[in-house]
Amino acid sequence: MDYHSMREFADSWMLLAMTVFFVGVVIFAFRPGSKKHADDASQIPLKED
Amino acid sequence: MKYGPETIGVSLAAFLALLGAAFSGDDSFAAHMWVAFFVLAGGAIMLLRQISFAPAFGPGDDSGYLDGPVRYGTVATMFWGIVGFLVGVLVALQLAYPDLNIEPWFSFGRMRPLHTSAVVFAFGGNALIATSFYVVQRTSNVRLWGGNLAWFVFWGYQFFIVMAATGYLLGITDSREYAEPEWYVDLFLTVVWVAYLLVFLGTILVRKEPHIYVANWFYLSFIVTIAMLHVVNNLAMPVGLLDAKSYSLFAGVQDALTQWWYGHNAVGFFLTAGFLGMMYYFVPKQAERPVYSYRLSIVHFWSLIFLYIWAGPHHLHYTALPDWAQTLGMVFSIMLWMPSWGGMINGLMTLSGAWDKLRTDPIIRMMVMAIAFYGMSTFEGPVMSIKAVNSLSHYTDWTIGHVHSGALGWVGMISFGAIYFLVPKLWGRERLYSLRLVTWHFWLATLGIVVYAAVMWVSGIQQGLMWREYDDQGFLVYSFAESVAAMHPYYVMRVLGGVLYLIGALIMAYNITMTILGYSREEQPIGEAAPAAQPAE
Amino acid sequence: MGIMDKHAAIERNATLLLAGSLVVVSIGGIVEIAPLFYLENTIEKVEGMRPYSPLELAGRNIYIREGCYVCHSQMIRPFRDEVERYGHYSLAAESMYDHPFQWGSKRTGPDLARVGDRYSNEWHVQHLIEPRSVVPESIMPSYAFLANYPLETDDISAHLVANQRVGVPYTDEMVENAEADMLAQADPDADWSGVEMRYPKAKLGDFDGDPRALTEMDALVAYLQMLGTLVDFSTYDEAAGQR
Repeated sequence: MDYHSMREFADSWMLLAMTVFFVGVVIFAFRPGSKKHADDASQIPLKED
Repeated sequence: MKYGPETIGVSLAAFLALLGAAFSGDDSFAAHMWVAFFVLAGGAIMLLRQISFAPAFGPGDDSGYLDGPVRYGTVATMFWGIVGFLVGVLVALQLAYPDLNIEPWFSFGRMRPLHTSAVVFAFGGNALIATSFYVVQRTSNVRLWGGNLAWFVFWGYQFFIVMAATGYLLGITDSREYAEPEWYVDLFLTVVWVAYLLVFLGTILVRKEPHIYVANWFYLSFIVTIAMLHVVNNLAMPVGLLDAKSYSLFAGVQDALTQWWYGHNAVGFFLTAGFLGMMYYFVPKQAERPVYSYRLSIVHFWSLIFLYIWAGPHHLHYTALPDWAQTLGMVFSIMLWMPSWGGMINGLMTLSGAWDKLRTDPIIRMMVMAIAFYGMSTFEGPVMSIKAVNSLSHYTDWTIGHVHSGALGWVGMISFGAIYFLVPKLWGRERLYSLRLVTWHFWLATLGIVVYAAVMWVSGIQQGLMWREYDDQGFLVYSFAESVAAMHPYYVMRVLGGVLYLIGALIMAYNITMTILGYSREEQPIGEAAPAAQPAE
Repeated sequence: MGIMDKHAAIERNATLLLAGSLVVVSIGGIVEIAPLFYLENTIEKVEGMRPYSPLELAGRNIYIREGCYVCHSQMIRPFRDEVERYGHYSLAAESMYDHPFQWGSKRTGPDLARVGDRYSNEWHVQHLIEPRSVVPESIMPSYAFLANYPLETDDISAHLVANQRVGVPYTDEMVENAEADMLAQADPDADWSGVEMRYPKAKLGDFDGDPRALTEMDALVAYLQMLGTLVDFSTYDEAAGQR
């Protein structure tokens, strides 16, 4: 495994995989079902002292 | 006997230090062990005589939370902050007036690591430990796990600071920037840090709240990543078990990348992720409204920790580091701009619908200014990581200016905001001694940072341009010495910026001391019909 | 739901969160740092590199102790102005025995990667004792005390052994002769054949202007005078060094 083959892999498939993963994370975090869950969690600091 | 095991443990450690001092063949190691002996012996005497620092204790822990270490940590943050800023002013003066170097112990080469470590690890580290202990208890609805282990974390960390600081002045350093302590101090810090991780993680594990609040994610990733970075970067072979000197396990190019992988992520995880944890708790608390978008904070977290770790090589552009690594570092640094600004927007927009608080609440103002500086320096950072820009900015004062807008603006201001919030709560006071003094602090600090950063931009860019200036015949125009002479006025002005920031911190120290002692200043509320002499508006 | 519950699980499980963070933060470091150790072209093939002589190593440790790296880089970048000012750009090979590296990050003072042979010993000593007497614009602190501190010689072989353990090719012969080599290198009347054989191109003779005493000043100047002088650039193949 030399540098150039690693470079080609990084420029193509790895880049694609990481982009897909990132888009997945965003979609996942903002999926409709998570709204209530997130709103509950965001109230934690305000509950008490 | 109260504190029996603790007293025995500390005395034993003092005895070991004495043995180390007696049997070492290395003068600097012996001197360092004498320092350790006196500090530990002093600690043992305090334990034996059961000396208590009454005001620091405040009300009893009837809240169910273990807040003693948080109170001590808050005071320690303030103390080390002032030490760090003061040493900063001193080293700035040394650069402007080199006769102020006192050889061998107080020359610039030994004082600068003292300044950086005092600000980053003593001030910043204490702020992180104290606030993380406070936040994790409140958001988990449970007392700190591990009983007195939290006290060990606090005192152990202070001992680490003292050993690191005195070591620098004695000339004990491994020259790894922001990780200069030698191998035995590093080993001790590892023990303290593992204890810290156990207390924090243990508290999360026994929590009564089903969800782990996002601030704790940031704190946890900060703790665990710093553990990894610290261990790998400090791998070294000591010359002897009673010798201060060690040789790094790696050499040359590998050593350089390991060090800057550490160095950049000390910024990324110590000075960013940890303080973002602070932001995600204290900004909503002070604004009395939940974070703008909790879901954005999830994306913020994962993308920030994933991207940051790659960015280190931008410290080594155009060096003998292979090109591919430099390019990788640059690409990830630029991408890092996105999650950073995502986080900034999330913090700022938490105030949406409550912007009027900016007018009436100087603590909120401080936090907002911190977030603004976070946004500013996380934009400047990616710009400086572009190779073409870096070719000019690297090795110059521009980098120093960038670091300070991050450290003074973001880290300093968010910590000040958190402490102003914490002190009345921790000592059961109705409010701070004076909000008007907070306003004074805010303006002095802001002005200080602006002066500092602006001066360093000008000097840095001028330096870079002077080094590469050619005349018509193709000769270099300036000798290096001429570029040094040209910096003098800027170095003087930089001192002014530092002094303003230091005065602000001294005002803060006075303010929180009076608050702790239970005083409360009679004053007109901010934002209402104001008296004639208004300092801030 | 299925996969949709996964992040909720992470948010509720501290161990998962810890493991997830650790995996995520490990990737970048492993991918960037690990290849440097096995990609063959990370360090160029050059002639002339050798481990530091005992005296140079002691001088280097003083350089580190005094925090010289805080203001001086040892890394010349491949730009026209830097090459003209400081000499040939630095190669990775030139710091291959540097535990730790001293590339630095700030030039409050000039780069020192090739400062060796540029000035006389007398200049260095005068400059270290009173910097502004030779460079009026300088803001460097004075290091006059170095000339009064005797150099520790008895534990130098332990330093060579520690370097051996982290991979520097010091031979057992070098370790055995470490203290003798250290004394001989700075002694104008000594027999230098051993030092010259073990450490080719080492600078020989008194450095601090006082041949009777071996001081920390001797060691530091010996180190400064050899910086960047080892590699033979007449045999260096630029194209093969491209990475």
